[in-house]
Amino acid sequence: MSEAPASTSALLSFNNVSMTFDDGTKALDNVSFGINAGEFVTVVGPSGCGKSTLLRIASNLEANTGGTCSIDRNSIGYVFQDATLMPWRTVARNVELIAELHKLPKADRHQLAAEAIELVGLSGFEDKYPRQLSGGMRMRASLARSLVMKPKVFLFDEPFGALDEITRERLNDELLRLFQHEGFAGLFITHSITEAVYMSTKVLVMSARPGKIIAEFDVPFAYPRNHDLRYEPEFGELCGKISHALRGAHQ
Amino acid sequence: MSTSNVVTSPVEEVIPDKRDKVSFADYLGPVVVFLVFIGVWYLLSTVVLPEQKRFLLPTPHKVIKEGFFVWQSGERRGLQPILMSLWDSAKVALLGLGITIVMGMSLAVLMSSSRWLERATWPYLVAVQSAPVLALTPLIRALIDGTQTQRLLVVVLIAIFPIVSNTLFGLLSADKSQHELFTLQGASKWTRLVKLQFPAALPNIFVGLRISAGLAVIGAVVGDFYFRQGGVVGIGAQIDVYRNRLWGPELITAIILASALGLVVFLFFGWVSRRAIGKWHIINRGH
Repeated sequence: MSEAPASTSALLSFNNVSMTFDDGTKALDNVSFGINAGEFVTVVGPSGCGKSTLLRIASNLEANTGGTCSIDRNSIGYVFQDATLMPWRTVARNVELIAELHKLPKADRHQLAAEAIELVGLSGFEDKYPRQLSGGMRMRASLARSLVMKPKVFLFDEPFGALDEITRERLNDELLRLFQHEGFAGLFITHSITEAVYMSTKVLVMSARPGKIIAEFDVPFAYPRNHDLRYEPEFGELCGKISHALRGAHQ
Repeated sequence: MSTSNVVTSPVEEVIPDKRDKVSFADYLGPVVVFLVFIGVWYLLSTVVLPEQKRFLLPTPHKVIKEGFFVWQSGERRGLQPILMSLWDSAKVALLGLGITIVMGMSLAVLMSSSRWLERATWPYLVAVQSAPVLALTPLIRALIDGTQTQRLLVVVLIAIFPIVSNTLFGLLSADKSQHELFTLQGASKWTRLVKLQFPAALPNIFVGLRISAGLAVIGAVVGDFYFRQGGVVGIGAQIDVYRNRLWGPELITAIILASALGLVVFLFFGWVSRRAIGKWHIINRGH
């Protein structure tokens, strides 16, 4: 299943990707999967299994040592674990940053930033500095910054891991709304099984290092998803299966 | 964009500004310290010092009467000649500081861009910082013509280290993930410097500026001691004359005014710093 070559029409595809770091650590071993338009794929796995390395390879921050990874590198949105806002820029100027680095004209930048800020619900906070925002609001600003260039593929590196549960669930809902509205494909990393199932069309389970895809679960629930989905029996059952697979992954 | 897809406003609250208002107590501290200082001064000049040595430290009221309230007496005594020489030193200190800032920051930028250069330069910068500039004065005099240039060189030698070290530290302080954000967009080295590293370094740069500004004044005073020519002299040279002639009140007046110049530049850069980065950078006092 995990060895099957990914479809060539995929927006993002890993084909037998392996990664060995300079110090000899083997992080990834023969990872193959693809993500098509309209798919939201989440990878769960034990800490240090190389989940984040997948994103770093996809975005070319790291070069894989084996296999191939194909993606349109000009159309990636990358959301880091922390908001990585520039403390000296206001929310509006932070959201403009990526467009600015792509040398878009000022008027276009302002327009795109204003739209993205509205989309993440930060209207009215444009002139605030990051230190004046709560953790959840900083993450919204970070999302808006990536949304500005309307990327086709979004890479999320445990973006809500540091937030409290209520804030995380709110942001889960809002990210799903953005996913439907903007139509990007998503590759999401988390270690929360509930979050993985709630967000995704598909959940991949990774083994401990060296990371391999050891199980794959299609998530059958239709979008838009409701907060209460988390308490449905089918939801719990699927979480249980993934949890079992993860237990196997730890051994 | 259809409004039905626009998410609701976040319930999380904006974090209130915890910056304290300046209160009466904040002014009380410096006043108390000042009164203690004056008290100790009186104690030293009227009780502690043996009678025949009291000319070394005249009482505060004597300093005010004979140092500050005499405009001019002879060629060198009085407030007017002191202020003239202070102005002369201030010009050297400020011009020297300007040169120091340009040189120091350029050096820090070069060092931040090359690990090799950083390692090659660092030990010598520390050496310059700790070298006794006084001992180098004969060499400086032999190598460089013109007292003005010699004085500027002393200012640069004494003041450059804090600028370089703080700017370098600041330029290297940006987070790894912030750097990666720029890498992902294919940003050039220059863009990275201007839009990430330099703004991230500003709080440190201002710390360096305040320290270097004070040192530049010291450098100018020290330079006056060793490099002087006829005509208008710097405050350091003036202090030397008063010291040799045992003119206590004038000596103390000149010292106080030289310190005041240092204080003024220090406060000025503190003010510039608050204007420039106060909106986003808050010094954490830990309470």
